[in-house]
Amino acid sequence: MKFTKTVLATAFALMAVAAHADITVGVVQPLTGPASGLGIPVKNAIAIWPKSIAGENLKVVVLDDATDPTAGVKATQRLISEDKVDVIVGSTATPVTIPMADITAESGTPQLSTAPAGLPPGKDKWLFRLPQSNAVMAFAMVNHMKKQNVKTVGFLGYTDAYGELWLKDFTAEAAKNGIKVVGTERFARADTSVTAQALKLASASPDAILIVASGSGAGMPQKAIMERGYKGKVYQTHAAATQDLMRTAGKDADGTFVVSGPAVIAEQLPDAHPSKKMAIAFVQNYEKAYGPGSRNQFAGHGSDALTVLEKAVPIALKKAKPGTPEFRAALRDAFETMGRTVLAHGVLDWTPADHWGYTNETGVMLKVVDGKFVVEQ
Amino acid sequence: MDFSIASILTLDGLTNGAIYALLGMGIVLVFTVTRVIFIPQGEFVAYGALTLAIFQTGKVPGTVWLLLILAGVAALMELVTTWRHRGRPAPAVMAALRTFIVPAVICGIAAWAGPRNLPLAVQALLTVCIVTAFGPLVYRVAYQSLAGASSLVLLIVSVGVHFAMTGLGLLFFGAEGFRNPSFWDARFALGPLNLSGQTLIIFGASAALIVLLWLFFERSLYGKALRATAVNRLGARLMGISTQTAGQLTFAMAGLIGALSGLLIGPTTTIFYDSGFLIGLKGFVAGVIAGLSSYPGALIGALAVGVIESFGSFWASAFKEVIVFTIILPVLLWRSLRSGHSDEDH
Repeated sequence: MKFTKTVLATAFALMAVAAHADITVGVVQPLTGPASGLGIPVKNAIAIWPKSIAGENLKVVVLDDATDPTAGVKATQRLISEDKVDVIVGSTATPVTIPMADITAESGTPQLSTAPAGLPPGKDKWLFRLPQSNAVMAFAMVNHMKKQNVKTVGFLGYTDAYGELWLKDFTAEAAKNGIKVVGTERFARADTSVTAQALKLASASPDAILIVASGSGAGMPQKAIMERGYKGKVYQTHAAATQDLMRTAGKDADGTFVVSGPAVIAEQLPDAHPSKKMAIAFVQNYEKAYGPGSRNQFAGHGSDALTVLEKAVPIALKKAKPGTPEFRAALRDAFETMGRTVLAHGVLDWTPADHWGYTNETGVMLKVVDGKFVVEQ
Repeated sequence: MDFSIASILTLDGLTNGAIYALLGMGIVLVFTVTRVIFIPQGEFVAYGALTLAIFQTGKVPGTVWLLLILAGVAALMELVTTWRHRGRPAPAVMAALRTFIVPAVICGIAAWAGPRNLPLAVQALLTVCIVTAFGPLVYRVAYQSLAGASSLVLLIVSVGVHFAMTGLGLLFFGAEGFRNPSFWDARFALGPLNLSGQTLIIFGASAALIVLLWLFFERSLYGKALRATAVNRLGARLMGISTQTAGQLTFAMAGLIGALSGLLIGPTTTIFYDSGFLIGLKGFVAGVIAGLSSYPGALIGALAVGVIESFGSFWASAFKEVIVFTIILPVLLWRSLRSGHSDEDH
C-alpha cells in the first residue's frame, strides 16, 4: 500500500514537472450524446496534430462533455485546476460552450470555441470562435438569394440554439436586402415527422425555404418538403454541408443550395479564394489519416485550431513561459493582435471588439447536382 | 386550415400513431405481466431500424456481438443460479446451454449473412430475430432476480437499461442517422392525400400485429398464462405457471414489437441511435392514457397522441413536444378522480 502511494506520488510529481515544460492544450468535445457527430471529427483532427509547436512540446488532454453542459463545465474545471492547460479547445456543442466560457474567463484561460456560441459582447473576452458566425454565412446565402430573385423565405429550423441563432442572423441580413421571412417553423432532430411544418410552409408558397439542421438531421425535412411538392428553392446551412445530406435525402437533395465554409470543397474552390491552399492541405492531411471522403466542417475547425496556435504561440512565448497565468494572458492578447490569418475555413481577423472575426469573403454557395456538391460561381 | 390540410395532417398523425400504438401495447403488456415500466421499449425501435440499416451497407451490425455477449452473461447467470438451487452441475449446464443456444445460432446466421447483401426481406427477418432475442436476455440479466421488487425499483432499473442501451447504440451505430429503403415504393393519390406504399404497410402491419396479439391472448395457452400472471402473480404460480418464463416471453414480445416498429418507421424518417427514446415515450403516454392496463385504450390513446402531435406541429411547431406531453396531465387527473383513492401498489 505504502509502495503504491509512493509510486503514485512520484508519477504525479513527474507529470507536474512535465506539464510545466510543455504547452498543454485541453480539449473538451462531445464524443457521446446528440452532438457526438460534430465532436468526434474535431477529436480526430486534433489526434493528427504534430507533437510540438514553435519548438515546444505539445501535450493534448481530451475530455468528453457528453453534449451535457454540466459535464462540459466539470471537464473544463478539471483541465484548468489539474492539468493546468494553457488553452482550451471546445466545445462543438453550443449549449456546452456557453457555460464553459464563464469558467475559462474566471480562470483567465483562452478558449478556442469550435461552436458558434453567441455571447453578449464583453462576456467573450477569453473566448475566440473558430466556426464562421452565422452572420457571415447568412451574408453569402442572402447574396445568392438576391441573385436568384428570391423575395420571400420560409424558415424551418431546429428548436435549439443553432436554429435560434440562424433565425436571428438570417432575418437581420435578409431585411437589409429586402427579403421577407414569411413563416417560421420548428422541429427537433429526432422527430418522426415534419409533414405538418412542411405543409404549413409550402402552403405559404415562399420563393425559397431555408432549412436549418445539422448532419444527417438535415435529410428528413428536405424530403418532407419535396414530398409536399414544393417547387421553390431550398437552402441549407453550413452544418448540413456533408455527404449525410445526400445519404439521408437521396434524390430529394438534388437542386438544394447549401452554404459552406471553404474547407470541405477544397479542390473545387475558385483559385481566387484565399483559403484554397490551406483547405487543400487540411483535406489531404485528414483524408490520409481517415480515408477518402472523411472530411467535414468540424474536422476543419480542429485543424484550424492548430493553425491559429502555430501563429499565436510564438508571439506569446516572447512574453512568458507556458504553464503560467502570464502565458495564458499573452496568448489571449496574441489572438487579438496577430491579424489576418488564412485558415482552411476562411479568413480570420480577430480584434478586441470582434471575436468572431471571419471576413465576408469566407462563405461559399454550393448546389447539389446528382448527389454531389458543386460550387455556384 | 382547410379540409385537404386537415386530412393530410390526420393521415400523418395516424401513421405515427399506429407506431406509437404498437409501442404503447408493448409497454402495457410488459407492465401488466411483470410490473416493469419498460422505458427501453423505444431503444428496440432504434436497434431494429439501425440493425437493418447496417445490414444494408453490407456489414455485420454491432448488435450481433452485443447479443452474443449478452447471451453469454445470461447463460453464466443461469448456470450459477441453477447450480446453487439444485446443487449439481449437470442441470445447471443444461439450463445455461438452453439460454445460450438460440441467440448464438441467430448470431451465427447474422454474421454469415452480413457481408452477403441478401434481399431486403431476408435482412429484415434477420433483424427481427436479432432484436427479439434481446428481449428475454435483457429480462434475464436486468430484471429476473428483482422480479419481486417494488415498481419503483423496477422503474429505476429500466432507466439504467435505457441509458446502457442508448450508449451501446452510439458505440455500434455511430452518431449519424440512417434512413432505410422503403419496402414498397408505390404512391397512390386519394383526393388531396398522397398515400405512400410505406404508409399502407404501417397501417396493415400494425393492424395485423394487434389482431395477432389479441388471438395470442385469447386463444393460445401461453397467452392465457400471461394473462393469468398479469391478473395475479401468486395465483398463477400456484397454478404451475412459471413467472420467469412469463417474464421472458413478455420481453421477447416487447422486443418483437420494438423490432417491427423499427422496420416500419425506418423508411419514413431518419433514425438516430437515440431516436427510440422519444418514440417510446410517446408510446408510454399512450399507455398511461390507457391506465397501463387496457390494450384498446392504448390503441386509441396512441392514435390520439399521433394526431395531436401532427396538428400541434402545424399550429405551434416550437411547442409540439410540450403539447404532446402536457396532455398526460389532464388524463392523469381524470383517471385519479374517477378511480378514487387506492392504496395498492399499482
